[in-house]
Amino acid sequence: MSAQTLLKVTDLQRHFPIREVQGLRMVRATVKAVDGISFSVKEGQTLGLVGESGCGKSTTSRLVTRLDEPTGGTIEFGGRDITHLKEHELRDIRRDVQMIFQDPYSSLNPRQTVGAILSTPLRVHGLHRGKEKARVQELLELVGLNPEHINRYPSEFSGGQRQRIGIARALAVEPKLIIADEPVSALDVSIQAQVMNLLAKLRNELDLAFIFVAHDLGVVRHFCDQVAVMYLGKIVEFGDKKKIYEAPEHPYTQALLSAAPDINVARGIAPKERIRLIGDVPSPIDPPSGCRFRTRCWKAQDICAQEEPPLVTATADVASRAFREGGVHLQACHFPEVKTDLVAEVPA
Amino acid sequence: MTASVNTISTQSAEARNAGDVVLDVSDLSVAFPTEEGVVKAVSNLTYQARLGRTLAIVGESGSGKSVSSMAVLGLHNPKRTQITGSIKLDGIELVGAPASTFQKIRSTKAAMVFQDPQSSLHPFHKVGKQIAEAYQAHNKVSKQVAMKRAVEMLDLVGIPNPQRRANSYPHEFSGGMRQRAMIALGLVNNPKLLIADEPTTALDVTVQAQILDLVNDLQKEFGSAVILITHDLAVVAETADDILVMYAGRGVEKGSAKEVLAQPSHPYTYGLLQSLPSHSEDLEELRAIKGTPPSLLNLPSGCSFHPRCEFKSQVEGDACWTQLPAWRPTPGLHNREIRCHLADPVATLKHDEEAR
Repeated sequence: MSAQTLLKVTDLQRHFPIREVQGLRMVRATVKAVDGISFSVKEGQTLGLVGESGCGKSTTSRLVTRLDEPTGGTIEFGGRDITHLKEHELRDIRRDVQMIFQDPYSSLNPRQTVGAILSTPLRVHGLHRGKEKARVQELLELVGLNPEHINRYPSEFSGGQRQRIGIARALAVEPKLIIADEPVSALDVSIQAQVMNLLAKLRNELDLAFIFVAHDLGVVRHFCDQVAVMYLGKIVEFGDKKKIYEAPEHPYTQALLSAAPDINVARGIAPKERIRLIGDVPSPIDPPSGCRFRTRCWKAQDICAQEEPPLVTATADVASRAFREGGVHLQACHFPEVKTDLVAEVPA
Repeated sequence: MTASVNTISTQSAEARNAGDVVLDVSDLSVAFPTEEGVVKAVSNLTYQARLGRTLAIVGESGSGKSVSSMAVLGLHNPKRTQITGSIKLDGIELVGAPASTFQKIRSTKAAMVFQDPQSSLHPFHKVGKQIAEAYQAHNKVSKQVAMKRAVEMLDLVGIPNPQRRANSYPHEFSGGMRQRAMIALGLVNNPKLLIADEPTTALDVTVQAQILDLVNDLQKEFGSAVILITHDLAVVAETADDILVMYAGRGVEKGSAKEVLAQPSHPYTYGLLQSLPSHSEDLEELRAIKGTPPSLLNLPSGCSFHPRCEFKSQVEGDACWTQLPAWRPTPGLHNREIRCHLADPVATLKHDEEAR
């Protein structure tokens, strides 16, 4: 299996200049929303971005779709540098990269019919000329809606159905990569599963690559191949889903996983030992020196304040294991926790 | 994160015995007449909340879980709402009670913590002042004493540097701190009942864990009853003692929280649990419940869940379509009640789970 790399992001940065009041003076400051992250997505692959609010996951998705322009680093899509393309040069990219939004209520124009919403991207890109209506009906059917509802308005649909319309709109131009920013978090539990199943079905049928932004770790685990854990504008751990969830090495990932409540407690399984983080995420205006997580980390030592830990494989042993299995696992901590039993498992 | 040792007397004059019923809701219906018809938000709901225990009310949006709790505090506009049945809070009947009764019970007997702390604190007033004001409304004390109480409350809910923080405005607080301040505001008059409406939904996971721990710690300290309204079943598993599952304005299953989640006996509860990704980790497809919740303007006949129920074919005759199931103990289970026509729901659901 040698899928082509579709998206390659290198050292991506987005700094927002702001003015801040300090006492009686206005001071210039910078919000470092995304501060030097690198990752890549292959064709047909799904990358999950997880992290708490303010970690930069939504900014990252806006940069990748080029709804926003990076202040540093590069974005390559299909081998082409799209970092600083002008609006009119972005047209092809807009066709290949589409977005699904969180809120199905505000992301659809209430004054347009479903037919108008879904045929606009076709018209803009000159696709299916003269046969737009047939294509729109095909799209509605694809996402599990009644094709006869083409003349209805978004207000006539439920939340889950609206999200299906949003998905159909993204699919209209046959994209290669879909950025889904919290696509199910606004939906009810019983509807979430329906929409997740739809996304999984479409991914398999249309061979789509996804960047899946979510805070629900269970949903990410179900849907993604690889996971990037973000904290204050940095990726702190990156790897195959199994490794991130079963053998997290970075203390923040461990804390994040242990903080999520576990329904299995009801089945008599002892609650996992909860790592209690103290306080809140620091401000991205003036992030802590060295490792950004050190202010809430129980392992923090002097070196953590002085040196920023790079995103690397934890030990040589693990690296060789990862190499053998073809899996990836990177982390950015001075004191990663490497599960030795996993290393011992490797056949000689 | 534990609350610091408090210096406040948490005992009111009357003793608080764990297990005493503090809120007794029976046959409660809440309806909103609209231009299109009557929205039956809550129909014939019955439940109790006991001191020292956490009752989780679980359901999807539109299931009536928030509407029923708002009725307890008299937060519905009486002109636009039809409320029938009975709500007894600490022996006081609240259905049809005048506004003055609600003013007396709010904060002293029952308080509410809302989902969004951003919009439930007044943005123009300092946090300490808002808490002090709530204390002064029910206690004849000077501003200074009330302020001292506010600072103590902030300390109790684990806000660092409470003296200084009492002089901050809500926007200077982070989301987690704001929710702590809301809890301080809710508990300032030592109510017997705290209703927490999705208290952690707007918060990040690591902060959610802190707030849930705080609510649990405070409950032990104050001995009050807590009603936790949520859609997150994992939160229920870790924090609640009892559970009431609601669907389309009606209760469908109740019992011990852990037991219900470990072995659901109503098809809806079962469907909800099956649809969680954690339940089918390695499966390609999640087991979704088909269809969508019904419109409250036009509820299905019989059992409201029947259009989405996978098991209705196993009930003889047309009971699911024509008859509203009554509460009854689940056959074979202790301390459990459901509203379902299935003859032996435990066996039916177990058979289904094994067959998948």
